Amino acid sequence: MIGEIGHFGLILALVVAVLQGTLPMIGASKGNVALMRFASSAALVQFLAVSISFIALTIAYVGSDFSIVNVAQNSHSLKPMLYKISGVWGNHEGSLLLWAWILALFGFAVAAFGRNLPDGLKARVLSVQGMIGIGFLLFILFTSNPFERIDPAPFDGRGLNPLLQDPGLAFHPPFLYLGYVGLSITFSFAIAALIEGKVDPAWARWVRPWTLAAWGFLTLGIALGSWWAYYELGWGGWWFWDPVENASFMPWLVSTALLHSAIVVEKRDALKNWTILLAIIAFSLSLLGTFLVRSGVLNSVHAFASDPARGVFILGFLVLVIGGSLILYAVRAPTMKGGGLFAPISREGALILNNLLLSTAAATVLLGTLYPLFLDALSGAKVSVGPPYFNATFLPLIIPLIIALAFGPFLAWKRADLKGVFSRLKLAIVSVCVIVGVSWWVTDDGPILAFVGMGLFAWLVTAVFVELADRIKLFRTSLRQSLKRFLNLPRSAYGMSIAHLGVAMVILGVTASEAWQSERLDVMQPGETVVVGGYDFQFEGAERLEGPNYGILRGSFNVKRNGSLVADLRPEQRVYESPPMETTEAAIWPMLSADLYVVIGEEDGKGGYATRIYHKPFISWIWIGAIVMFIGGGFSLSDRRFRIGAASARKKQTQKTAEAAGA
Amino acid sequence: MTINFGQASRRLMYVLCLLGTIGFVGFASAVFVEERLDDPVKEERVRDIAEGIRCLVCQNQSILDSNAGLARDLRAIVRERILAGDTDDQVQNYLVSRYGDWVLLNPPFKMRTLVLWLSPMLVLLFGGFLVVRFLRRKSAAPTENSVSRPLTDAEKKTFDQLMAEDDGERGRS
Amino acid sequence: MKLSFMAPVITFAGIAGVMFYALFYLDPKEIPSELLDKKSPVFALEAVPGYGENLSSENLKEGKITLLNVFASWCVACLAEHPTLMELSRQGKIDIYGLNYKDTPDAAAKWLRRNGSPYARTGMDLKGRVGIDFGVYGVPETFIMGPDGTILDKIIGPITEKDLKNRILPRIDGGEG
Repeated sequence: MIGEIGHFGLILALVVAVLQGTLPMIGASKGNVALMRFASSAALVQFLAVSISFIALTIAYVGSDFSIVNVAQNSHSLKPMLYKISGVWGNHEGSLLLWAWILALFGFAVAAFGRNLPDGLKARVLSVQGMIGIGFLLFILFTSNPFERIDPAPFDGRGLNPLLQDPGLAFHPPFLYLGYVGLSITFSFAIAALIEGKVDPAWARWVRPWTLAAWGFLTLGIALGSWWAYYELGWGGWWFWDPVENASFMPWLVSTALLHSAIVVEKRDALKNWTILLAIIAFSLSLLGTFLVRSGVLNSVHAFASDPARGVFILGFLVLVIGGSLILYAVRAPTMKGGGLFAPISREGALILNNLLLSTAAATVLLGTLYPLFLDALSGAKVSVGPPYFNATFLPLIIPLIIALAFGPFLAWKRADLKGVFSRLKLAIVSVCVIVGVSWWVTDDGPILAFVGMGLFAWLVTAVFVELADRIKLFRTSLRQSLKRFLNLPRSAYGMSIAHLGVAMVILGVTASEAWQSERLDVMQPGETVVVGGYDFQFEGAERLEGPNYGILRGSFNVKRNGSLVADLRPEQRVYESPPMETTEAAIWPMLSADLYVVIGEEDGKGGYATRIYHKPFISWIWIGAIVMFIGGGFSLSDRRFRIGAASARKKQTQKTAEAAGA
Repeated sequence: MTINFGQASRRLMYVLCLLGTIGFVGFASAVFVEERLDDPVKEERVRDIAEGIRCLVCQNQSILDSNAGLARDLRAIVRERILAGDTDDQVQNYLVSRYGDWVLLNPPFKMRTLVLWLSPMLVLLFGGFLVVRFLRRKSAAPTENSVSRPLTDAEKKTFDQLMAEDDGERGRS
Repeated sequence: MKLSFMAPVITFAGIAGVMFYALFYLDPKEIPSELLDKKSPVFALEAVPGYGENLSSENLKEGKITLLNVFASWCVACLAEHPTLMELSRQGKIDIYGLNYKDTPDAAAKWLRRNGSPYARTGMDLKGRVGIDFGVYGVPETFIMGPDGTILDKIIGPITEKDLKNRILPRIDGGEG
């Protein structure tokens, strides 16, 4: 029964999506207010319908209803509750349903929070959302129905996949999808603007919060995935430039660019075409990622090389959505003109540089990801494009970006005084010298790039604080005055500083852990001690235990530094019987200064065990930095100017003027 | 079905998991007992070479990180060639002559990878060209802009308000 | 309509075209052999006890087209192509040599006893080194060897009906006629 309700919910959602995708659009072009307003109700109903469907599947999972194929294949009655729930989106069909649900949720959010959007714009935005919804719902209903039944129902489910049963992994897809799908809103705004042929600062102001939200979730989703890889895969890596990782990284790069270019639209009424294009590309790359991963055209997914029908469907959908919107762009964009003078040395000039570097980086990642495919299609030759390529092309783009990132916030709009900025950044130059000197002195050795990275870190951190001090006139006025100014700063200013600080933290983490990690691979006998990164790791022995549904080999290490105990680490290797697989549970002792990372492996038959021990300096800062970036985004998002629901009187005034200006 | 399907990589698993698409694939441990060269310098070279060789059966993973049977065999071969006195390039060529350029994670610079290696620079140069052109037009020909889009009073007011909210606090525009 | 505004859609059209092609015609799993049109690597291996004579690279250049089939007792997919090989061997049109890859003599012999042996000669590649010289990365793989020991073609994975018809039989018939 529950399956039928879920299925019905999907069909209902499809019907509503078709209406939502057409009627408001017609209404907007004819000026029919009733049809336009219908968009909001439709978005609400669609959200409810997909929610019913999603809840139905969740209930089926929670109640272990194995008469539903999807549940039987991916769940098990003995699974812990958390993982029964996360199992809902831990498979192809369910994850698509999550996609559709988040899409409907965002549509509903626009309807609910966008109260002071002009009727026409709102109708068009929701209409485009409806069209995207049609595509996904059709895809689910025709190629990936999660509610299919089997008769007779199996006694128990097949899936008790140990790797899925991990908190990091349980929450990774939802965040990633919130990011991907959040970009659909920006996309819809861009399409609506193209149809209306009008982009103004008010438009940018409506778009920015959605972009910020999507970007924040994407940041968190990617970080969560890389953190999982780090602690679960057992060789200490956290980023592999794998096609699937790239698929999430490209939209991130483009949405970062978009975030910045939208500011230029908002403040200077320029870069409109470019911003629109970025909005289209950001969502297009999200869709492309979905295609790459689910169609099996790239190596990384070959075991999942599924039903070709799915690939054909997604590709067709892709062509329709991306191709259609780019054609619309080619037709409509040339008619939109930006205004105002534009000096190279100015805030907007710096933001253009930011956009140039970020979009080139995204293009590079795209090229590297697709190149093997292109070459194979055009010449039949096979090449691999691995981490060395991406490192070689990505870093030269990112280094100047970080250098410029320090300047940007100091530059005034319209026309800035570079000399003045340089003199303000003297302190940053000093701190670069200090940090590079100190790291040279401490480590005594390392690749050039490591010192470049440390320098960039120092440069950026100092610049962020100097800029903040500058803004509040620290030491140039009384402390009380400064404090007052500090408290009165707009939230978006905090947001920017915090997010940039997050970037600096990531740089620190990446640089130090890549350049100065120590690694030891040994076969250790019980009682043996090795020294890694200045810590003494003593292997006390290993024991075999029985877990709930797996066998455990647990090693025991005590870690000392200068004779005093730092940590007791117990890495495990788990052996599952059905399905037969082994997982590695690395034991990690995270500290702010370094992570200690121990893995235990095979026995050598003579009482010794293969071990892998790492000392990874500052690696936690990668994820701390990502969280800080997310928080920065959140701060910007909470800026009073973006709060759309309860606007202050002054804000309403602004909005009205903006609308008047646009009309 | 390939050799190591039974023990196909954790990496693949990861990849599938990343998108919440799980299939059952067996695993092998990430650490293993293995002969290593006594000379740490040579073992370091083994490591560096192995890191750049793609594991054939485990998708986007180097043979350094993989416990697939073939990856182990290839590591053993790398050690053997190094002990036999081969240079790093010779070891790589040994593997390329059997498995093709495909095994190199760092695509070699050749005709067929010309586009791959040069594009980032070309994209940057072309983008830079567009930016410079844009800035030239914007800063040199104000009249054109004023013709293309005259600001209404209402718009001006909007801008001023928008600008004031941020820049007012900065007092620097 | 300005050309520069068309650039994005043109780029995308290119990408989409390649993807359509890839979806239907490309198999990311297949890595073409680097050894095509090259001589067989030199090797000499002992036979699986009781199953044919020893196998060496000399046997591959005896003036006739041969099949070198890489198999193992632990390989599930090998069972899928086994009937095809048995049928080929029964027809006697071509000599099939079996390269027993990373197996144990006992297991290999047991497997051949149970499933029958299509092989005129077998060679035990216990450590998989010969396999690596041949660029083998999965089992089964089948090499079509020319009369002078040149590698003419390589079939990756179980031999399908299509492979048999398009890649093996024309060679045999061409070679005989």
